[in-house]
Amino acid sequence: MIAKIFPHPYLSLTLGVLWMLLVNRLAVGSLVMATILAIAIPHISAAYWPARPRLVRPMALLGYIGLVLHDVVVSSFAVAKIILFMPPAQIKSAFITVPIDLPSPEAITLLAGTITMTPGTLTVDIAADGRSLLIHSLHAPDQGAIRDEIKSRYEARLKRIFA
Amino acid sequence: MIGTALDLIIAALLVLGGIFGLIGSFGLLRLRDAMQRLHAPTKASTVGLGAVLIASAIAGGSWQEVLVTLFIFLTAPLTALYLAKTLIHGHINPSDVPPAANGAQWAAQPPVAQKQ
Amino acid sequence: MIALALNFAIGCFAVALLLNLWRLAFAPTNTDRILAVDTMVVNIIALIVLYGIKTASGINFEAALLLAFTGFASTIAFAKYLLRGSIIE
Repeated sequence: MIAKIFPHPYLSLTLGVLWMLLVNRLAVGSLVMATILAIAIPHISAAYWPARPRLVRPMALLGYIGLVLHDVVVSSFAVAKIILFMPPAQIKSAFITVPIDLPSPEAITLLAGTITMTPGTLTVDIAADGRSLLIHSLHAPDQGAIRDEIKSRYEARLKRIFA
Repeated sequence: MIGTALDLIIAALLVLGGIFGLIGSFGLLRLRDAMQRLHAPTKASTVGLGAVLIASAIAGGSWQEVLVTLFIFLTAPLTALYLAKTLIHGHINPSDVPPAANGAQWAAQPPVAQKQ
Repeated sequence: MIALALNFAIGCFAVALLLNLWRLAFAPTNTDRILAVDTMVVNIIALIVLYGIKTASGINFEAALLLAFTGFASTIAFAKYLLRGSIIE
């Protein structure tokens, strides 16, 4: 019954919260409109969600978001230091291949976004078979260490969150 | 007392945001390699704007700034990915790019590299 | 104290905007031009939000959100044009 009304519960929740933020006031009318949107939009757009991402541990996703936000702030300080104080000739940039082993496209997208926002790295491309990411590092004296950090810090967590 | 602490936090966030915004645009001029220049705005400018938006949310007591922050943080990686693809496609020598695992091709590499 | 920090931040973003303009005018590649425009959008959003704090009005939020939307769409469209030679295929 509930699964029939909310075929995509996380999308419904996100839409409802977004609408409340957009209206920016807690009133009965806004709550009703948020509920209507949260029910209608997943049904209308159901054709575009043939395979839904399956979250095994939704709570771990919150912890992951916190970790990424923390890393974004820390890494922006590191990047700022490189931009301001390192002589341009000394910056050793490099392309690095990171083999990935994630089950769903959503998890890969999340990992690619995370890499772009954190420690001086940028996702550049994905392999045609979806099994490796090409990343570019602003300053990479040790390429293996960056690869290992991405695999252990982010990919391992994502593997636990997505089935 | 609490008001003063809040003022301090807002002022600190504003100063931090301004400095990061400036660093992001400065990096655009200072870095030499085209790929390196992609790094500066995606990180420094986004964090600078994020700090300013949080300061605005605290000062105005409104939740709407959270929406703009969320949107900027979600779209910055996409913009960077697209711009990196244009560089890979047009400016980077294919021999500078390491091969993918399992002998696969990179998705955005020009067809010339695929023929060999 | 807030007024001082506010003026400092506005000054920083204004200088950043000028640096972006310089980059836009003298860019080595077309990708750099798109990147400069994208960074300009981010800086202008910051200026709008700062002006909103200065005047203590909530109406600037809509402008910031709309500019974020259009800035993102135009950056992607420019990049796609460079990649494929057309925007809508």
